[in-house]
Amino acid sequence: MVPLSYYLVLSGILFACGVTGFLIKRNIITIFMSIELMLNGVNLSFVAFAANWHALSGQVFVFFVMVVAAAEAAVGLAIIIAVYRTRETLNVDQVNLLKL
Amino acid sequence: MLHLTIFLIFGAICVAGAVNLLVQRHPINSALSLIVVMASLAVEYLLLGAEFVAAVQVIIYAGAIMVLFVFVIMLLNAGEEERTKGSRVAMIFGIPGMLVGSGLVAWVLLEHSGTHSVAAGALPGPPKTIAWLLFHEFLLPFEVTSVLVLIAIMGAVVLAGHPDSGGPAKKEG
Amino acid sequence: MVAGGTPALHRKTALLSVGTFVLISIIKIVIALIVLLTAVAYTVWLERKVVGHIQNRWGPTRVGPFGLLQPLADGVKFIFKEDLTPPHVYKPLYIAAPMISLIFALTSIAVIPVGNWVTVGGIHTPLQITDVNMGLLIVLGITSMGVYGVALAGWSSNSKYSLLGSLRASAQMVSYEVSLGLSLIGVLIMAGSFSLRDIVDAQGGAYWHVIPRWNIFQGQIFGFFIYLTAAFAETNRIPFDLPEAETELVAGYHTEYSSMKFAMFFMAEYANMITVACLASLLFLGGWHGPLFGPAWLQAILPLFWFALRIFGFLFVYIWVRGTLPRFRYDQLMAFGWKFLLPLAIANLMITGLIVAWKS
Repeated sequence: MVPLSYYLVLSGILFACGVTGFLIKRNIITIFMSIELMLNGVNLSFVAFAANWHALSGQVFVFFVMVVAAAEAAVGLAIIIAVYRTRETLNVDQVNLLKL
Repeated sequence: MLHLTIFLIFGAICVAGAVNLLVQRHPINSALSLIVVMASLAVEYLLLGAEFVAAVQVIIYAGAIMVLFVFVIMLLNAGEEERTKGSRVAMIFGIPGMLVGSGLVAWVLLEHSGTHSVAAGALPGPPKTIAWLLFHEFLLPFEVTSVLVLIAIMGAVVLAGHPDSGGPAKKEG
Repeated sequence: MVAGGTPALHRKTALLSVGTFVLISIIKIVIALIVLLTAVAYTVWLERKVVGHIQNRWGPTRVGPFGLLQPLADGVKFIFKEDLTPPHVYKPLYIAAPMISLIFALTSIAVIPVGNWVTVGGIHTPLQITDVNMGLLIVLGITSMGVYGVALAGWSSNSKYSLLGSLRASAQMVSYEVSLGLSLIGVLIMAGSFSLRDIVDAQGGAYWHVIPRWNIFQGQIFGFFIYLTAAFAETNRIPFDLPEAETELVAGYHTEYSSMKFAMFFMAEYANMITVACLASLLFLGGWHGPLFGPAWLQAILPLFWFALRIFGFLFVYIWVRGTLPRFRYDQLMAFGWKFLLPLAIANLMITGLIVAWKS
């Protein structure tokens, strides 16, 4: 038996790591990976709550989150490639002009 | 007891992977630590009984999305990250503020989220039940996400397609 | 040794003590590993021999009768070769990549059943390391992780040929995984289960005592050919061996590897071939079902023999295709995967779904 709060703390730590990475990282790909880390943290709490309240809807939500994450990864990485093609850098500090 | 031990071991691996993602400067190392996080999260899902979610987590997240990330890192030959100087105010107030905030949240969660505890394999999610839910209760969201994925595919093709190959993204000048 | 038994008996006797369970698991793991590695070694021998005969050569003949000891000689040679590490590689990943490849290739055998339940010395146990509900999904998950070995090998080698090879490998494996997964869903709909054992059990018996109820004869013939094609691409074999195309890329992702590290990639490739062959025979060709005759001991051995025969046949097709077909061009490969195989897989899935819904 593991208390529900342990799962929530773990999920919170993962989410916090994701937020921190989003703020301190300078590589656009790593920033994007931090977003995935946040989504994973949220997924864990969904599954934990589903087990706690015996409601399978929680697990179904995880699938929706995964689908959205996959769609986001496809579009996001395409944007990264487009950005790299025009500016030849992955550093977000140097991507500061609206138009080249 | 065994349940708690396994939870703690894989939770520790999870946190170590997440922290490693922040510390590493090369994106490929960050990507690999994120894969470790996802794999150990799959074990946590198995502990909760969500075997289908765990399998899909490994197949979709670790096996498809992260392969895409690694692919882009290799394709763009992303090198080590350049460090830029953050503001000093953020260093002075940010780190203690973050520690206090996360301590507060952890205390609230541990003390005030009731005495619920979850047994090993508490809620098995057999694929049949999940499919029934998806196609009855969640039919509308399901269809909407399928449209979303279609739009995402088209968007990715338009964005990543070469500008000269007739796409709308014609570069000017 | 008695094969078979009723499900009720399984449940009653499956509850073993922890010590017995661990002991049996270890014995099964050791046996499976030894058999798998031997099979890998002799698949290499078979390939050299068959391709040799297709090209009007003899293949290996010197070491042992018919060159049967050639795998042993190769192994000894690999061990004694100098383990060279080029100076500009990214070392941690360069060392880890072959291990990742081999580990994931060998792990997926854990959930693959090779036969029915057996009783040895009063202990009733399946011929499978672990019998899990999610067997098929676990195999898919593990094989989809195997792509990291190839991708990281090319990237960490820091060489243009390796990088090109691994870029091609990761794009190709992700693309064909979609068709592979969709081709399996037809079988899943018909069996109604993810458990490999249930899928095989659903294929027992025969129509009019002649045509066996294998999935390939139950309308999954398109599914089988989609699976076959996608599996060739997943294991990087000719005609889809773009990642290691030796005429363009030297040796692709393993250009910079030598000695046992190269041998690990080699073993991983052949272990993956065997896994794919096992899956094909379990899902489409009726697993271990086949005519049983003779005394009791023969009836216990025969299912294993039929299963091995199917795997051998599938591997022979692999080698035959290698000796026959030329390599695709890269754009042809991608166009074939996305524009032909994927729509075909979706059509197969829809038709199977409609038929199953109409029948029930």
